[in-house]
Amino acid sequence: MSRATPHETPHETPPKVRVERTFAVDPLSRVEGEGRLRVVVRGDEVVTAELSIFEAPRFFERLVVGRHPDEVLDMVARICGICPVAYQMTAVEAFERLFQVQLDPQVRQLRRLFYWGEWLQSHALHIYLLNAPDFLGYDSALDMARDHRRIVERGLALKQAGVDLMKLIGGRAVHPVGMRVGGFYRLPSRAQTRAMLPVLDQALADAQETVRWTAAFELPDFERDPLMLSMYDREGYALDTGRLVATEGIDVDPGDWDTVFTEHHVEHSTALQATGIDGKHHLVGPSARIVLAGDALHPLAAEALESSGGVEVIRRNMFAAITARGVEMIHAIAESIAIIEAYQPPADAWQAWEPRAGVASWSSEAPRGVLFHRYEVDEQGHVTKARIVPPTSQNQLFMEDDLRGYVTGVLDLPEFEAAARLEALIRCYDPCISCATHFLRLEIERS
Amino acid sequence: MAMPKSDKPLRVGVVKFASCDGCQLGFLDLGPALLDIGLRFSIVEFGEASSRRAPDGPFDVLFVEGSISTDDQLRHLRHLRDRASLLVTIGACATSGGIQALRAWAGNDRGIAGFIAAVYATPEYVDTLATATPVADHVQVDAELRGCPIDTGQLVELLTATAIGRRPQLPSDAVCVECKRAGTVCVMVSRGEPCLGPIISSGCGALCPGMARGCYGCFGPRESANGGSLADWYRGSLGLSDERVAARFAGFTAWAPELREVIDAAGGPPGMRRAASTAASADADVDGGVA
Repeated sequence: MSRATPHETPHETPPKVRVERTFAVDPLSRVEGEGRLRVVVRGDEVVTAELSIFEAPRFFERLVVGRHPDEVLDMVARICGICPVAYQMTAVEAFERLFQVQLDPQVRQLRRLFYWGEWLQSHALHIYLLNAPDFLGYDSALDMARDHRRIVERGLALKQAGVDLMKLIGGRAVHPVGMRVGGFYRLPSRAQTRAMLPVLDQALADAQETVRWTAAFELPDFERDPLMLSMYDREGYALDTGRLVATEGIDVDPGDWDTVFTEHHVEHSTALQATGIDGKHHLVGPSARIVLAGDALHPLAAEALESSGGVEVIRRNMFAAITARGVEMIHAIAESIAIIEAYQPPADAWQAWEPRAGVASWSSEAPRGVLFHRYEVDEQGHVTKARIVPPTSQNQLFMEDDLRGYVTGVLDLPEFEAAARLEALIRCYDPCISCATHFLRLEIERS
Repeated sequence: MAMPKSDKPLRVGVVKFASCDGCQLGFLDLGPALLDIGLRFSIVEFGEASSRRAPDGPFDVLFVEGSISTDDQLRHLRHLRDRASLLVTIGACATSGGIQALRAWAGNDRGIAGFIAAVYATPEYVDTLATATPVADHVQVDAELRGCPIDTGQLVELLTATAIGRRPQLPSDAVCVECKRAGTVCVMVSRGEPCLGPIISSGCGALCPGMARGCYGCFGPRESANGGSLADWYRGSLGLSDERVAARFAGFTAWAPELREVIDAAGGPPGMRRAASTAASADADVDGGVA
């Protein structure tokens, strides 16, 4: 990081006797939604490390009660303006599994294309507009653009390529309208999809350049060896199929997240915190996917990962998540190109289905990590109970652990600088506070 | 709204209340135009995009996303209004309450306490109002951009108009008119799909009918919208039950008065239906929800 370091601020002498010091960032910036962090240190001992989410609750899990599955898809999109497709995809796949809908293979591929578009726009947003300014010493991408306009324009072009893919299939990028249980309302033509190819060819080159750029960033010296969780499918990089696997022990059906994890409600946060029923918490998101599912990356993405320094730095250093996102952009674009080249529109955009009572549950990989949905539905298919666990609630305890670990290394810095370093660490998780605040239905807190 | 021309860049803020962040994302979706905005505007507060903060302004123009759903938000909104020359609401949450405004019908069930208990294990940790209301219910609003989400073309028009001090030109036609212009076959007539197009403002380009599905109301009711008549059509010609009529109206702009009265007349949104015998007391709960 090239923000001020102790060398650059020699006039600031650290206090000789350390009394209690509080590092606070309130509110956090360049994250999606409203939160704050607070770390209290007494001497060398960390007394408190809290990430608080004060985003106002919106009660989505209650709002979807009584609704038809197709209405649920439109409603859950509104949980997050940055990753609406993740919510729609997880919900639609949960319902389709319960209703035993066999999707046309081409429709399945279009679903993946839609999801890759969202990954691309979300990752480009985070890398270029939210995260990179920390490494280059700017307050925002707008400031960064004054000195590095072409770099920021590259990021905006990558983001736009993702937006274009989402529009192609869903009509618009924020709260798209194309998805329904059984398929899509309307399918794009072969010509419309192929028109994306030149855009994606350029995006592929830009994503490769992105990884070369971020791999050269100097990373703060903060390493640990976390437990991680992601989807895994040897047939294709972690997205919405396969199994839910962890670095240790866990290997379950994606619909069974709640058999191995639970959530807690704590006073300082309107987001529930998820943890394993064994009390251990797992990191989810790009770093976890690269570590656990990297063997299924597209060859171009695997090659970029290798030349960026490999998987080990991503596993141990949270600040390398920016490179993990870049590698995933390459994968998303390369697979999108392959899907478009093979695409032949099927006769029907969607197929009819019959509702049945039961439990619809599934997990998929949102850009920020594992997202779990569970719906109880009646004979008409209307929801009677819902539970939605976004990735940020799963990463919350992890972020607090990392604050605890990282703060001891920045104690000698002036207060504002130390707080900025802690905030930059949290930003590496790309926390989506809008997502995490509402919905988590909770079990009783275990003592 | 009109702002006197000035050579100094306008001090702009972007803030949010209860919302998904999708409308402020509209600024980041402007592409390279975003970088040029800095020439005419000085973005002094935009938490999602910049670490340099001026949370108290003062602002020449303040863009507000989200609806008001807690006491803290209400206090904060009033403070911000005092610090802003022009206040512009962006998106369905800020202009009509958004999807979370549906909680106002919680009175038909167990009230807001039932909502909190449905999501949170320890309800006493949660501070929330019984309603999520539009910004204009609480402070003066100088201009609004509707939509769930807003349309970036309208955002550019509003920024341009503000920069040169003229009134923004925003569409006021019904979605139906956009379908006619685009040559889209009416989904209600040809497929029997319930569609809110006749009573909803355009702005989306008639996106849903273009996808062969009915409009669900992102841009809110247009002037003199007759929701009751449309609901009668749903019941008579499409054979929809009261609950399904309410479901179509109870979307992202449900709390707009023209839609709200149809939902009330149809017994409330799905999952928050009024029991026939308790209709009167449930109404009292809804009306008494918030200061």
